[in-house]
Amino acid sequence: MTDGEERDGGKERVGGGPRGFEVNLDKVREILKAHKGERGGLIGILQETQAAYGYLPRAALMEISKTLKVPMSKIYGVVTFYAQFHLKPRGRHVIRVCLGTACHVRGGEKILEKVGEVLGIQPGDTTGDLEFTLERVACLGACGLSPAMMIDDRTYGRLTTKKVEKILKEYSKEAQGA
Amino acid sequence: MSGENTFTVFIDGKAVQAADGMTIFEAAEAAHIEIPHLCHHPLLKPTGACRLCVVEVEGARALQASCTTPVRPDMKVWTQTERVIEARKAVIDLLLANHPLDCLTCEKAGNCSLQDYAYMYGIKESRYHGQTKNYAPDTSNPFFERDHNKCIMCGRCIRICDEVVGANAIDYAYRGFTVKVATAYDEGLENSTCVFCGNCVGICPVGALIPKAEKGAGRIWQTKQVRTVCTYCGVGCEINLRVRDGKIVGVSAADGPANRGLLCVKGRFGYDFIHSADRLTTPLIRRGGKNGSLQPATWDEALSAVAEGFSRVKNQYGSDALAGLASAKCTNEENYLMQKLIRAVFGTNNVDHCARLCHASSVAGLAMSFGSGAMTNSIPEIQDSDVIFVIGSNTAEAHPVIGTYVVRAQKKGSKLIVADPRYVGLAEKADLFLQHLPGTDVALLNGIMHVILKERLYDEEFVKERTEGFSELAEMLEKYSPEEVEGITGVSADDIRAAARMYAKAERASILYAMGITQHTTGTDNVMSVANLAMLTGNVGKRSTGVNPLRGQNNVQGACDMGGLPNVYTGYQAVTDEEVRKKFEAAWGVPSLPEKPGLTVVEIMEKAAHGEIKGLYIMGENPMVSDPDIGHVQEALRSVEFLVVQDIFLTETARFADVVLPGACFAEKEGTFTNTERRVQRVRKAVEPPGEARPDWAILCSVATRMGYPMQYQSPADVMREIASLTPSYGGVSYDRLEKGGLQWPCPTPDHPGTPFLHKDKFARGLGKFTPIEYKPPAEMPNGEYPFILTTGRMLYHYHTGTMTRRSRGLNAIRPEGYVEIHPRTALDLKIEDGDWVYVISRRGRVRVRALLTERTPRRVVFMPFHFAETAANALTGRALDPVAKIPELKVSAVRVERAPDDEQIGPGVWYGDEGDKAREAPAREGCCGL
Repeated sequence: MTDGEERDGGKERVGGGPRGFEVNLDKVREILKAHKGERGGLIGILQETQAAYGYLPRAALMEISKTLKVPMSKIYGVVTFYAQFHLKPRGRHVIRVCLGTACHVRGGEKILEKVGEVLGIQPGDTTGDLEFTLERVACLGACGLSPAMMIDDRTYGRLTTKKVEKILKEYSKEAQGA
Repeated sequence: MSGENTFTVFIDGKAVQAADGMTIFEAAEAAHIEIPHLCHHPLLKPTGACRLCVVEVEGARALQASCTTPVRPDMKVWTQTERVIEARKAVIDLLLANHPLDCLTCEKAGNCSLQDYAYMYGIKESRYHGQTKNYAPDTSNPFFERDHNKCIMCGRCIRICDEVVGANAIDYAYRGFTVKVATAYDEGLENSTCVFCGNCVGICPVGALIPKAEKGAGRIWQTKQVRTVCTYCGVGCEINLRVRDGKIVGVSAADGPANRGLLCVKGRFGYDFIHSADRLTTPLIRRGGKNGSLQPATWDEALSAVAEGFSRVKNQYGSDALAGLASAKCTNEENYLMQKLIRAVFGTNNVDHCARLCHASSVAGLAMSFGSGAMTNSIPEIQDSDVIFVIGSNTAEAHPVIGTYVVRAQKKGSKLIVADPRYVGLAEKADLFLQHLPGTDVALLNGIMHVILKERLYDEEFVKERTEGFSELAEMLEKYSPEEVEGITGVSADDIRAAARMYAKAERASILYAMGITQHTTGTDNVMSVANLAMLTGNVGKRSTGVNPLRGQNNVQGACDMGGLPNVYTGYQAVTDEEVRKKFEAAWGVPSLPEKPGLTVVEIMEKAAHGEIKGLYIMGENPMVSDPDIGHVQEALRSVEFLVVQDIFLTETARFADVVLPGACFAEKEGTFTNTERRVQRVRKAVEPPGEARPDWAILCSVATRMGYPMQYQSPADVMREIASLTPSYGGVSYDRLEKGGLQWPCPTPDHPGTPFLHKDKFARGLGKFTPIEYKPPAEMPNGEYPFILTTGRMLYHYHTGTMTRRSRGLNAIRPEGYVEIHPRTALDLKIEDGDWVYVISRRGRVRVRALLTERTPRRVVFMPFHFAETAANALTGRALDPVAKIPELKVSAVRVERAPDDEQIGPGVWYGDEGDKAREAPAREGCCGL
């Protein structure tokens, strides 16, 4: 009974993600086609969709809902249940600042604050240029290096706020260079 | 739930009869053993989530959830052992650990399951102290508040929204401690697929969901409950009105036979019109001639004026210069008295009502095919149909509670076919959706029958033994090949074949239809085509099948049954039948009754405009919004010498009256309504009418008496006695019997149980009659100047001419104005954007209205709801009539659409005229449509 949802058309305006982004639905349609006729395949489809787009765009979820005849409310429930799914676009680099016991004791909170300050975002968010996503994690298993953080697959230890600035500057330069 | 095998189980030592497939909970309930429960509800599938209903089963190690555990022969169950009680206490204890204990001010106190069980098990507060939820109350929607802090996660709301309503607006979201019931993206119900039926509110066991209007209105024990019937649509849902200090403060669903504890948004939240400050509280008389104004008057003055006015017309111009409109909103008793007044006192058969505009063609068409013009089967039977074919009915919006039966049937595995020019609510659930062009129903149905015939899918035995006229039908169908029909309807030949196979192969198939079928110049043809299809496949005369016209108004079936029609007395007894006439003459004590059938609604308006109808009595009808071509209606009402309107509000129609009589609404009087499945149900008085307003039956008696025909009844029960004595199909209906529940006609004798479905072994007319029906195009087809088809209809949040729903705060807040639905691509061509002001122009008038861009409505069609007087769809519709039923073609008008200036200062927004072209030059004429 929803009014006016687009039922057709290759490209759609996104309701969920940042304004101005267009989502090409071809990829999700292909994924759905590959899974046609399967039962109980929602989670697999969501995983593939996330792999294709880097996150789960609202328009893609609506396409999944329509095709599988699974209500959006249910899809939202599944997506928010599992930590692996993301409803917002993710940055090119994911920064995980550790706040496990050791890092917490050695000032991890300050590190997190600093990263947030430099990038101008809150934990859980992504920068407007889609370069960085900031997350807080419970433990990176690098307690000997505390306070620690990871950027993508690289671990940085014994951090100070100064070091953080320097590291982030490197990444920004790389971004501008590219 | 129960199978064939019955056996004994022992619950708390008591031998209890149970059957295969029953759960322990159900067996206990049948034996009146109460088991505490929170997540379980009879409308829902059991989930065993709350663990409060645990019981001890001998031989089982762990406690069992009684709501999910099936019974076995000789099972021994204990519901009250120490172990059971300890387990239940633990559940309550854990729930209370995270539940605000604000029962002192909680709206739900006294009606809260958690409170009751805490009391039962003596738990004052939780032993556990930890984190508690701290959400701000969600007050964003206009109907009810959501307090997530009080939610106990039983999931009833989620399940009813999914399993029963099919809206799927909510589900559990997030994880662990943060889990809550949320919409997609947690954006609030108003941005979701929620239809605000409030069945979640009704089923919530705690205070998490509370109707806004009921906040502070009184505790459950401070209010009196009056069981009655909803006043909105024809489903006939039973409701409980909660009354405190003479005011209605709340509505809840009763477990009525049609609604079984469910309601829709209008029934549950749309009752505040009853105490609206706009209600008429005194009679009004127009003083200072035709151009004078309506001023308050006493009843004595008003009744004298009415009696004198009508008597004068009768004496001067004769009986046939008088006419009356009965009312599909009033009770059976009132409609009976109205037609009695018109026939016995006015002396004419010129009585009709708005059934003419909705299902006149059903009454005529089904009478010709079957011999009886009503819904053949009952509402709950829909649930057990194997295939449901919905054609020309936006069931989910216009008859929402019937929509839930379709949803429930589908959940059990039934197939759903929806045929509609628009992608209406049920279409998205359909297994097969056929989007045919407005007015091509006969072609579509013929195409389906063609396939059934070609593929020999028809019921040869049924056709041979129960029907006549088959060979003529078969011959006619020959040329309606799916390919031919595709060209007419726009539905692909493959889909036509698929529909034919799906419908014909079903063991039990049920057809639901509404005004998409009836409101055409071929309305009667459409209905007979539907009847042909059902007979061809033997889908008449048994449970969960049939041809089921969904009637629009709460008592439109009753108003027809009561003879509020120009050609019949009560129970469809013809006025032309001398024997019948003699019976009524004797009963009513008049020397003679008119034998010539009277005029229909549209004809009455025609004759009024031409000065042939001089006196008109309108009760509870609003033709200035509901009738086609209201520019013409306006002319008619202005031309009538003496117009009396009896209503609860000063409607657009009442503004033209010479005398206005204030009536009582459904909650202020006793009576009966007959719902769409022919069920006569009791309407009960809950509050007094406002000011000097009076029940309509009492007003009618006074008018008749003052016109020299003493009409006196002690009560509506008295009137029903007279109806039963004169009406074979109502012969067994009495207020005493109705106290125990409704009765479905035919119910000829006091010991007859009523009739859930018609035509069981024999059609009412003997053999069912196949009538070959050829496709005929609508009266007005699009052309270069008027390139689009305008189709009109209802929407969920408003009702009929809006007099009630637009005075209901919540309903009006969610949809305060009219709109025209336009396909986005059509809009692109016309350079129209969503929300723009546009003109919709037909040969009869012009309406300025906002565009709503949606793919629900196809490219060559635009849609307007007819509820809004200031953007009146009926300013555009035409008066072309079905030749048999005289129903106007409200579903098809040719129009064009243009951008309108944003800043145009409009009066009513509607212009009535002969031609749209002039509309652009002429300023809006003084109208009467400003609400």
